[in-house]
This record gives sequence, structure tokens and C-alpha cells, in this order.
Amino acid sequence: MFEAAAFYLFAFLTIAMFWITVTTKHSLYALTALAAGMIFISAFFFILEADFMGVVQIIVYSGAVMALYAFGMMFFDTTRELHEKRVNSSLVFGLSGMAALIIVVMVSAPIIGGNIEAHYPILEGVGNSQQIGMVLFTKYLVPFEVAAVMLLVAMIAGIIMAGRKMDESYSELSEEEINTKNAEGIA
Amino acid sequence: MEMYLYIALFAPLVGSLTAGLFGAQKKTMFTGLFASGMLFASFIASLLLLIKVLQGNTYHVEMMTWIATGDLYVPFGFVVNQVTVTMMMVVTTVSTVVHVYSIGYMDHDKSFNRFFAYLSAFVFSMMVLVMSDNLLGLFIGWEGVGVCSWLLIGFWYHKESATWAANEAFIMNRIADLAMLVGIFILYWNLGTLQYDGIFAAVAGLDHTITVTAAAFLFVGAMGKSAQFPLHTWLADAMEGPTPVSALIHAATMVTAGVYLVVRMNPMYDLVPEVGIVIASLGAFVAMFAASMALVNRDMKRIIAYSTLSQLGYMFVAAGLGAYWVALFHLMAHAFFKALLFLGAGNVMHAMDDELDPFKMGGLSKTMKGTFWMMTLASIALAGLFPFAGFFSKDLILEVAFVEHHYILYTVLLLTAGLTAFYSFRLAFLIFLGEERYKLFGFHPHEAYKYMLVAMSPLLVLAIIAGFLFKGTYYEMVIAMLPAGEYHVHNHLVYWIMTIGTQLFVIAAIVYAYKKYQDAKIDKKVEEGFFYQLLFNQYYIPKIYDEVFSKPYAELSKMMWKLDNAVVDATVDGIAGVFYGTAKNTHTMQDGSLSSMLKWMVVGLVALLVSAAVFIGIVTNADAIMKLLGH
Amino acid sequence: MEITLTHYLVLSTVLFSIGLIGVMRRKNLLMLFFATEILLNSVNVALVAISHYYGDFTGQMFAFFIIAIAASEVAVGLGLLVLWFKRYNTIDLDNMTSMKG
Repeated sequence: MFEAAAFYLFAFLTIAMFWITVTTKHSLYALTALAAGMIFISAFFFILEADFMGVVQIIVYSGAVMALYAFGMMFFDTTRELHEKRVNSSLVFGLSGMAALIIVVMVSAPIIGGNIEAHYPILEGVGNSQQIGMVLFTKYLVPFEVAAVMLLVAMIAGIIMAGRKMDESYSELSEEEINTKNAEGIA
Repeated sequence: MEMYLYIALFAPLVGSLTAGLFGAQKKTMFTGLFASGMLFASFIASLLLLIKVLQGNTYHVEMMTWIATGDLYVPFGFVVNQVTVTMMMVVTTVSTVVHVYSIGYMDHDKSFNRFFAYLSAFVFSMMVLVMSDNLLGLFIGWEGVGVCSWLLIGFWYHKESATWAANEAFIMNRIADLAMLVGIFILYWNLGTLQYDGIFAAVAGLDHTITVTAAAFLFVGAMGKSAQFPLHTWLADAMEGPTPVSALIHAATMVTAGVYLVVRMNPMYDLVPEVGIVIASLGAFVAMFAASMALVNRDMKRIIAYSTLSQLGYMFVAAGLGAYWVALFHLMAHAFFKALLFLGAGNVMHAMDDELDPFKMGGLSKTMKGTFWMMTLASIALAGLFPFAGFFSKDLILEVAFVEHHYILYTVLLLTAGLTAFYSFRLAFLIFLGEERYKLFGFHPHEAYKYMLVAMSPLLVLAIIAGFLFKGTYYEMVIAMLPAGEYHVHNHLVYWIMTIGTQLFVIAAIVYAYKKYQDAKIDKKVEEGFFYQLLFNQYYIPKIYDEVFSKPYAELSKMMWKLDNAVVDATVDGIAGVFYGTAKNTHTMQDGSLSSMLKWMVVGLVALLVSAAVFIGIVTNADAIMKLLGH
Repeated sequence: MEITLTHYLVLSTVLFSIGLIGVMRRKNLLMLFFATEILLNSVNVALVAISHYYGDFTGQMFAFFIIAIAASEVAVGLGLLVLWFKRYNTIDLDNMTSMKG
């Protein structure tokens, strides 16, 4: 019963938060709602006894990714409202609704067979993190290493792209020099 | 010997195609000479074949198979027998003369080359018609001469009257061709073959009604080609074409194709004498009918055209009464003097700047001596005076009617002979005798080129001698194929009364014409008379045709055009509109905006989902669906 | 009331469609990235739910790698976004039509 209550509560919250993300006109509200939505998603993971996943979700998504977005938001004027050109709402909602409906119908229909053989079965008695570790570092080692390399590359790329002129520091420049810099156009 | 057959058949085609190569260019003498040369080669080949046929040979070649499906076998086959070689000689002689004449007549025409291409093509089609050994080949030639006649009547295509006349000729012929096709179908359906030998062998065994029907339908087809009533209006209007065309097509060859058909199919027509009576009666009616219209006409070529119509009636009388060889003989003689008349009229027209009203001419015998003599002698031949060709052929037809005890036909034909003499000499006297009225209108006539007169002279010679020189040989030759009928009145006294009487009647008509027209007084009172108006307007028949047939058909066509616009065009435009609309709605796919691209991505996603759902549904419920479809 | 796999899958679907709405509606590039994050998260929920109900670790592993990839994607994406903004001073999608035609 607790499970049911928790499920419905978090489901309602998650949907509400994400709805705000996609429909609000204030970008800061969108950011905040997204962060909140991430946390509520992790609640699902905890309900489903995937503790490791839940924790990773909070750390990576709500922590790292949201922080990145927050830093990105600093470039833009967040006090202005977003003025987006009018979009054919009926088309948008219609398409999404239809997609959702079809998928729901497909997953609700009793077509999935019963006997699915588990590749990496969950063992009882062993903690979730421990099991994940066992599977991750043996069966999924190669993808793990590749993911590591990819993260490294992404990091370097991000630094290079956004970090031009890192040798100049705004705090050491005077007011006029900053203005002339801005007037020349940000290169 | 077969080579001569092919030469005779294909030389005109070679001439036509070569001339056609130069069709769009300015006049080149080469085309005229080459086409005439090719025709002359055809003439020589026909002459050689004639000599061979006189010795008793006939030739039958099958060039190649044309249709061989199921039970239908139709080859490209050609036969040269007595009837064929007669027609071949007529066609090639007149055609050669006309070709040479045209070199002079079309001298100043800018479509000189095109004319020879069409003219030679016409001769080729006529040869195919005459030499073919099956009904379908004859039909091919039939249609070919129809098309070439259309091309030639409407030769001066920028003249609207000419194009109208060409269309009229072709459409009227088409109506008759439908009947001819039905006749051919009936014959094929019942006999299984279209070859002449096969038909003639088997036709006697057919049910009488079927034979009557087939013969009647074939004759309706002949009616169109030979301009019998009621399909006669096109012949007079066909005078819009150049005069050599009238001489060749509407005097000697195309219009005689109908007579040729009846003569060729004589075994069948022998079995159905009732159809023959109808043919003969119609022929006699047309003879009188056309002669009456020629009495008052004021258009030179039309008078001669009505004369042709009248003589065709004579030929059909002979053919209808079973005297096929007489009909063919008259066909031959008539071709010669009628072509000569037309060519002479061409000379006069050329001299008088294409003026056609004989009342505006007069006294031309002083300036155009050669043409004067030629036309007068041709008119004498036409009237049927001894010893010219017309006497032997036309008076023979009168004898046939008398001997066969068709006295009404005889009387009609006799009266028509008188009328024929009257109007032909009316024309001749109006043009050549009397005072020179043309000076009032400012014409400056001159005689035609010497070589044109030289070209016409063979016809003149033939018109004079063809009767008494050829009749014997011809009769001996053609008896091999056609039923021999000795049409002699047994009572000598009656015979001499008839003959002399006819001659006197004709001479009286000529004298009357002389008295009336040598100084060309036009009687105003007569002109306003009812009969005059009736005859002058061709019994108002063209008007009737226009009101009853042409106008309603035009209205129907306009309605159909509207329907076509609304339905067919709308459909086609609708299909195009669908494409256009689709393009307009989907071009946002490529407008570079990420947002629209994302939208299209979702559209594609939904489409895939729908198809996946449908597929899964079908797969999981396959049994139920098969049961539903009934397997 | 028993929460079955179907419930989770329906939830995931709803979240996915919300993400789709955001992708189609948003004209600001940064907001577009937010919608993309929603999409990724909804898929994660579905995977982990399936893994739980079928007792297989594959789902959780997959979700783990998706998180890693999403993180790197955000890094690179934001870098590009900043560069574009420095160049054109706008991140409105309607102005980014250089791929037209």
C-alpha cells in the first residue's frame, strides 16, 4: 500500500514539474522545475529497489547536470520572459497525444510473453550496489571504459569550446577595457 | 513479269516520297519531272502488263503476310487480271498526263513540291485499290485515296472554303466507309475469307438475305466514293482544289472506285438482281438530277463536276443491270474525255486569272485555239456523237437499258443524254464563241504553255479513237472475267431508229444551245423563275444538310466540350493539385528551422508507431483475420 | 492496489510525451535541451522498472550508461550553445536557419 501511495504521489509530482518545464515562460522557473523533476525521478528508482541508480541520478543529474545548466544560464538575461513565436498548439498536442496513446495501447496489450530469461538475474540477499558492482566490472567492463573515455573527451571539448581567452581575467581589467572588449564584439 | 507489277504499283510511291522530301521548300523543277517520270514508268509497266494480259496471262502475287491471327488471313496480295489492267491503264494514262500538265499549271504556286507529293501518293493509293486481291487491301486503297483527296482538295489550306470542302468530302466518304466496313464484316463473318477468289467461290452458297445485305452495304460504300445521291454534295464543292486534282480525282479515278467495286464484285451482284435494280434506278436518278443542276450553273468547274456525277449515274445503271463490261468501258472512255475537259477548263482558268463564271468570258476561241479545239472535241465525245468514244460507251448503255426491257430507265437516260449535250455545249459556246465579254472585266488571256497542250493531246486522241479502235479488243479481253452480254437489239429497224434518233436528239440539243448562247443573252425573267432558283441552289440540299445534320452536331459537340472540361480536366487538374498541395504543406521539412524538423521527426515517429501497432495487431490476430476473409 | 509494470510504463509514456511537447514547442535552444533531458529521464524510468519486474540487471546497466552519456552530451551541447551565442547573440531557433534548402 505504501508503494502505491508513493508511486502515485511521485508520479503526480514528476508530471507536474516536467509540465512546468515545457510550458513556462520564465527560464529560471524551467530550470528549477527540471531539477526538482530529476529528484522525483530518483524517488522512483528507490521504490524499485534500484538504490544505486537512485543515488547516481541525484548526484549526476540533479548535481552535475543541473549545475552545468545553471552556469549556462548565466550567459543569458534570465529576467526577461521568453517570447516564443506562436506554434500550432493543436498539432503539437495532437501528435504527442497520439504517440502516447499508441504506446500505452501497445504496452497494455497482453502480448508480451511470460517466459523471459534473465541474462543477469538479481540475486537475493545481496545489496543492490554490490550486485551492480559485480556485473559492471565483469560483464560490462568494456562499455564502462569506453564511457570513461567518452566523458574525458566531452570534458576536454567543453573546456576548449567555452574557454577561449582563459588567460584574460575580467577581475584584473579595468572598466573601460571591458567595455571596449564588449564593443569590439565578443570573438 | 511480277517485276512490272511492282514497278507499276510502287513507282508512284517512290515519286511521292521523293517529292515529299522537298515538300517544304520552294519550287524545284526536279520534283515535278521526277514524279512525272515515275508515273511514266508506271504507265509503261502497265502497258507491258496489258500486252501480256491480252495474250491471256494473269498474275497473282503475294508480297507478304499482313494479318494472320486465328482464322483471319489477309496478305498484301496483288492481282493483275483483265479488269485490273483496264483500270491500271486508265489510271496511269490520266495520271501521267495530269502530272505533266501540273508542271505547267502549278508553275507559280509556292507549294509546288508538296502538290506532286500528294498527287503521286494519290496515284499509289489508287493503284493499291485497283490491284489488291482482297477486300481489305481494297479498303486500304479506298481510305488512301480518301485521305489524298482531302489533302489535295484542301491544298490551298489558307482558303477556308477549300478546307471546308475537303472536310466535307472526307466526312461524307467516311459515312459511306462505315457501311462498306459493315459489308466487309458481313462477308467475312459468313465466308471466313476476304480474298476475291475465296469470296467468289463461296458466295453462291450463302443465304440470299445475307448476300443482299452485304451487297447493299458495299454499294452504300460505293455511293460515298462515287457521290451518288444523297452523298453527292461533296463532289461539286471539291472543285475548290486545283484543276489538275479535279481532272485526276474527280473525273477519272477516285469517283470511279465505286463503279470498280461493283464491277469487281460482280459474282455477288449477279446473285442479287434486286439490289442491281436499285443501283440502276439510283444511277438513272442521279444522272438526271445532276444534269438538271448543270443546266443553269454559272461556275465552269461545277458544270463539269455535275457532268461527272451524271456520267457516274450512267455507269451505275449499266453495272446495276448486269452489264459490267459496258460500265467498265464507259468508265474508261469517260475518264479520257472528262479529264480532257477539266484540263481544258484549267487552261481557261489560268488564262482568265482563275475566273470561273463563263458569262464573264466569251470569244476565247480567237486567243486560245488549242484549248478551244480540245474542249469542243471532248464535249462532242461526251455528248456521244459518232464516231467519238462517247458514242460507243454511252449509247451502249442506252441499248442495255432498252434490251433489258427497262423502258423507264431508257427514257430517263435518253433525256439526260440530251441535257448532257445541251449543257456541255452551253459551256463551250459561252466560253469560246460570241463577243469577247472578258474585255469588260479587264482580263488578258493567253494560251497555255506548249508542253501542257502536248500533254493533253494523248487524251484527245484517246477520246476520239477509244471507241471504235478499242472496243473489240477490250471486249475479247474482258469477257474472260466478266459476264458476256451481247446487248444488241435484235430487230435491225428498231436498232437503227434508236441510234439515229439518239444522234438527232443530241444534235438538236447542241443546235439549241448554240442558238441560245452564242451571244450569251441572259434572260432575266428565267433567272427569277422558281425552277431556275431551285436548280441553281442545287435543290437546296446543301442547306438542308447544314440545318439537319451539321448544326445539331455542332451543338452536341459544344456540350460535350463543356462536359469534358468539367470532368476530365477537373480530374487531371485535381491530381496535379494533390501533388502541389502536398508539396506546399511539406516543404517546411527543408526550411532549415530546427523546430520544424523536430516536428517532422515526431510526425514520423507517430507514423511508425501506427504502422507498428497495425502490424502487431495483424500478426497476433492472423487467424481471426483469415477467418474473416473467408479462407 | 498492486502497481504492476504497466503502471510504470504508462508513466514513462506520459513523461516521454511531455518531453515531445517540449521539443516541438520550445523555440529557445536552452529550453530545447531541457526537454531532451526529460526524454532521457523517462526512458530511464521505463528501463529500471522493466529490470525490476523481470529480475534482470540489464535494464539498470542500460540506464546507468544512459546517464553517463546524457551528462557528456550536456557538456558538449552547452559548449556549442555558448559559442553560438557569442557569435550571433541569439539562441532563438527561428534565427538558426542556415541549413535551409
